[in-house]
Amino acid sequence: MLDFASFVFYVLAALTILSAGLVISARNPVHSVLFLILAFFNAAGLFVLLGAEYIAMTLVIVYVGAVAVLFLFVVMMLNINFVELRQGFLRYLPAGLGVAVLLFAELFLVLKASIGLAGAKAEVAHAIPSPADVTNTVAIGNILYTDFFLPFQLSGLILLVAMIGAIVLTLRHRPDSRRQKIFRQVNRMKEDTLVIVKSNPGEGA
Amino acid sequence: MQQPFFGTIGIEHYLVLSSLLFVMGFCGIFLNRKNIITILMSIELILLSVNINFVAFSTFLGDLTGQVFTVFVLTVAAAEAAIGLAILVIYYRNRGSIAVEDINLMKG
Repeated sequence: MLDFASFVFYVLAALTILSAGLVISARNPVHSVLFLILAFFNAAGLFVLLGAEYIAMTLVIVYVGAVAVLFLFVVMMLNINFVELRQGFLRYLPAGLGVAVLLFAELFLVLKASIGLAGAKAEVAHAIPSPADVTNTVAIGNILYTDFFLPFQLSGLILLVAMIGAIVLTLRHRPDSRRQKIFRQVNRMKEDTLVIVKSNPGEGA
Repeated sequence: MQQPFFGTIGIEHYLVLSSLLFVMGFCGIFLNRKNIITILMSIELILLSVNINFVAFSTFLGDLTGQVFTVFVLTVAAAEAAIGLAILVIYYRNRGSIAVEDINLMKG
């Protein structure tokens, strides 16, 4: 008899695998991105099922809200003939599937060999507190800002470098564009630009 | 420690799911050799499978460190996607194409 939690797991897992398969095989890259978003949503559901609510919500916000939308923008912005890019899909299919099956078999064998070890008593560095006392987000914050302070700051630095890098890479100087030059505007003197012309009425300048 | 509501699902289920996802992302890199956008998306799938692995072990071993590490993986993944897509955009601006086999200027 399948209980409710197992049922939810199987539904979410099947949808994750299905949408991952459609990500790599969809004809239209826009569809690929949309299936990627679906895969992320299902993975977030799996994280909720695992009791990691903070990671689940971060996944939705960071991946669906930022990364997937970034992909969507780039796919729609570039004018590319995607039919041309899909050539060779069938040619690489046997090799790709062969390597994939081999890799999965290896991973599965490792998993099967270590199934008994998963229940072994491991050294717990930061035990998960009872969800009734401390919520998942508070528990993560408690150790993220204390024991993992330096890695946390470094990841912020990585994001800063990535942001500056992306801006520097895509910034384009156009010599023909007419930009506002604040320095010249501020430094403008009355004598440089204004000429007072005396003229008598009826004669013109 | 009070475990969340698992039912009969053990860590093995999550590990099989994550290895399937990893293999599919790997396969995506092979199949879409010409389309670099799909390759980047496959890399995102691989990182997602790694995250599932981390969180599953974190929950079933009762150790919060795995979830903290997942936060760092998310950070690096976001930075990687931003830089990769920025490179893609300037490459398209300069060459008018993003086919992978055209990217050989630096081969020497």
